[in-house]
Amino acid sequence: MTLLDELEARSIAILREAYFRVSPLAMLWSMGKDSTALLWLVRKAFLGSVPFPVVLLDTEMELPEVYAFRDELARAWNLDVRNELCPPETSSDQTLPPATRAAARKTAGLRALIAREKLRGVIVGIRRDEQSTRAKERVFSPRLPDGAWDVKHQPAELWDVYHTDVADGQHVRIHPLLDWTEVDVWRYTQREEIPIVPLYLARDGKRYRSLGEKNITVPIDSNAATIDEIIAELETTRQPERAGRVMDHESEDAFERLRTGGYM
Amino acid sequence: MNQLRVVAVGHVDHGKSTLIGRLLHETGNLPDGKVAELRAISERRGVAFEWSFVLDALQSERDQAVTIDTTRIWMRTPQRDIVLIDAPGHKEFLRNMVTGASDADAALLLVDANEGVGEQTRRHAQLLELIGVPRVVVAINKMDRVGYDAGRYTAIRAEMEALLERAGASATAFVPTCAREGENVALSGSPHMPFYDGPSVLEALLALPERREAGGEALRIAVQGVVRRDLQRIVVGRIEAGELAAGREILISPARRRARVAALHVWPEREKVTARAGESVGFTLEGPFFVDRGDVISDTWHAPALATSFRARLLWLGARPLRAGDAYRMRFGTRTANVEVTEVERVIDIEFLDRGTSGFARTNDVADVVFSSPQTLPLDGVDEYPGLARFILLDGLDIVAGGTILAPLGPNVSNDLVRVHHLLDADARAGRIGHRGAVLWFTGLPAAGKSTIAMQIERRLFERNCNAYVLDGDNVRAGLNSDLGFTPADRHENIRRVGEVAALFADSGTIAITAFISPYRADRAAARRAAGEAFHEIYIKADAQTCERRDPKGHYRKARAGALPDFTGITGDYEEPQTPELVVDTSLLSIEAAVEAVLAYVEERVIAPARRHAASWP
Repeated sequence: MTLLDELEARSIAILREAYFRVSPLAMLWSMGKDSTALLWLVRKAFLGSVPFPVVLLDTEMELPEVYAFRDELARAWNLDVRNELCPPETSSDQTLPPATRAAARKTAGLRALIAREKLRGVIVGIRRDEQSTRAKERVFSPRLPDGAWDVKHQPAELWDVYHTDVADGQHVRIHPLLDWTEVDVWRYTQREEIPIVPLYLARDGKRYRSLGEKNITVPIDSNAATIDEIIAELETTRQPERAGRVMDHESEDAFERLRTGGYM
Repeated sequence: MNQLRVVAVGHVDHGKSTLIGRLLHETGNLPDGKVAELRAISERRGVAFEWSFVLDALQSERDQAVTIDTTRIWMRTPQRDIVLIDAPGHKEFLRNMVTGASDADAALLLVDANEGVGEQTRRHAQLLELIGVPRVVVAINKMDRVGYDAGRYTAIRAEMEALLERAGASATAFVPTCAREGENVALSGSPHMPFYDGPSVLEALLALPERREAGGEALRIAVQGVVRRDLQRIVVGRIEAGELAAGREILISPARRRARVAALHVWPEREKVTARAGESVGFTLEGPFFVDRGDVISDTWHAPALATSFRARLLWLGARPLRAGDAYRMRFGTRTANVEVTEVERVIDIEFLDRGTSGFARTNDVADVVFSSPQTLPLDGVDEYPGLARFILLDGLDIVAGGTILAPLGPNVSNDLVRVHHLLDADARAGRIGHRGAVLWFTGLPAAGKSTIAMQIERRLFERNCNAYVLDGDNVRAGLNSDLGFTPADRHENIRRVGEVAALFADSGTIAITAFISPYRADRAAARRAAGEAFHEIYIKADAQTCERRDPKGHYRKARAGALPDFTGITGDYEEPQTPELVVDTSLLSIEAAVEAVLAYVEERVIAPARRHAASWP
């Protein structure tokens, strides 16, 4: 098996464990390359269908191309897409730095969604190589009743024997892409011909390497106009993937505070 | 070359995170600005430059300068990609160490040259075999602290060699390093250590052989579930070993049913005929076979054992000690089973001296334990199919242990029995006879009325044109069980055989009525397993005083006189049924009323369903 085959098989197995063990279940879809590849894996796991709702945590700050991509793919793939409007920034922890505070709107939106739909499981397309606190995640990551991540007391997770039971009133985050790297996702997107938001491809010397909301994300300098060129770029770059994400660089602990509070 | 996942383990403060940070730096795997960022963070915190901050990203980790949870980071080299998994060395975070290690192909074990082999060095070495990471590179670190002394290196190396051998692991290299200064980290040939001409840590890692999936060659799939698409029921799961192919005959365990693979299914749709170990697959079977989550699909020529008892080796993580009699839920493959600890056979000391039969295991102990389950489980040993033999143990919602199944045990182990199937099924028989077969299992104290009621039920059912037959204690002991006495083992065997015979009667379409005290829950549970859904536990209840007053056979009198040792009801223990299908209290009801109560139950639960079923046929 190639590395991509192995990653794919493992992710499909994780998605199936989630589906058969955790209910009700939903998946977050930001329309970025990772969660779109994940959606593709869901369809592989369930032979063409997506057996749970797909949710966009909407701050109404996504770029227009992103919304257009959502509508197009929802139609083409016949998806049950739910738009969860996130509460305003004033509801976020006001002691967080500004961009982090803006990002925390998604935490609040997710919390409201989970409470209303009584979700026991939320599938999220984060990866360990993106960010150093995400590197500490579990595949099945239990959350406290308020959605918080108790990073200092995570349970053991051994081999592929996942602990899928969820305490009453709580939920588990399921992370099927944890072992994938950025370049793995691109190679897979290319191999499987998965659609992407065109903003990832360079125009006029700029492209989005990591696609976030327009108020807190900036494009990077790049001439990579095809996926092949993106892969070549990633093989040599020494810039981190989330360099364009303002909130990651506001303070040493900003992202950790965001994630322990329940952010993805 | 394939990606290699390497976990760094060893005692706390022996330099794991530092070595990894340095390795990333020397191989150009740190992003631009990372070193400057770490320098700034170190300065802000008023500490010397800390390589470990690359990995120890949590505020609490940086505050305490200790790795709390496992993390991983990708290292690209021209030869091969390596995923470095950093694992905490602190005893308190052992669960996080095994979490990291359980994802690794090989281990990098660090020992501080100055401090020498520590408690967690031993513990981690011991756990590598249990976790399934037997290939090790040892780094003897902080050589600068011992003046780069060759003698010190040789002594620790010898100690580690012996330690790893006892642990069932082996090292491909013992590298003397000074991680902080980058000596023998990426490049070998440190001028301070002319005595060493072996590889650097990086070179040793790159030289590790490809990962090889050990074990058996027969097909194994733990069924994850069934996905319905159109009218098809597509069985899904990941192939643990062997090959799955359309048209091939397979075996479903624990039911031990043979079936044939109709087709493999993939999306986007394309022709797929075979699939191999590692693949996540979907497939359909020919015929209306019932397959469910937790079943194991295998080749017909080598199936998993079926057993209710097995030996396992585990790492105990629970706060309370593990003892015989404790009950837990065990997850392995895709199955969750209730298990009970039969015996804690031995605790393996971290010095690898057998502590003997202490009878319990404490937090962080590795122990060999015998488990039993009320269910018959499809079991594979870790040597053959490690992926299906690895388990976690749950106490409520807490993970209290992780381990591996070493071997199935007990009289019920069978690897090679494959049931031959009748050409008739229960519906066909019920169609002819007018009712389904059943086991009416009467249990209760001596003189509660079991035999009396059983014989009346038999006659009344016969009069209703039903096939019914009573298996009575004394009668069975005169023939089938004439080789059995009254020792505890013989009593169990007596009931076991009656349970099996009753199940065969039921399968043939007969209503078997058993009238045995059958005082033990476990024995009755075994009889229920034998007969499956046809089993009806009927508790013929009467308080001990009433029974003793009746005493039709004079047993109570003899027992009081001491002539019947272990007579149930006086000196033996009768375990009351917890969830019987029916309770008939003969200290309140007359015999006639008791018989009517049982008959009404049989009418509703055994006879009427078959009628309804027959009526539904065109």
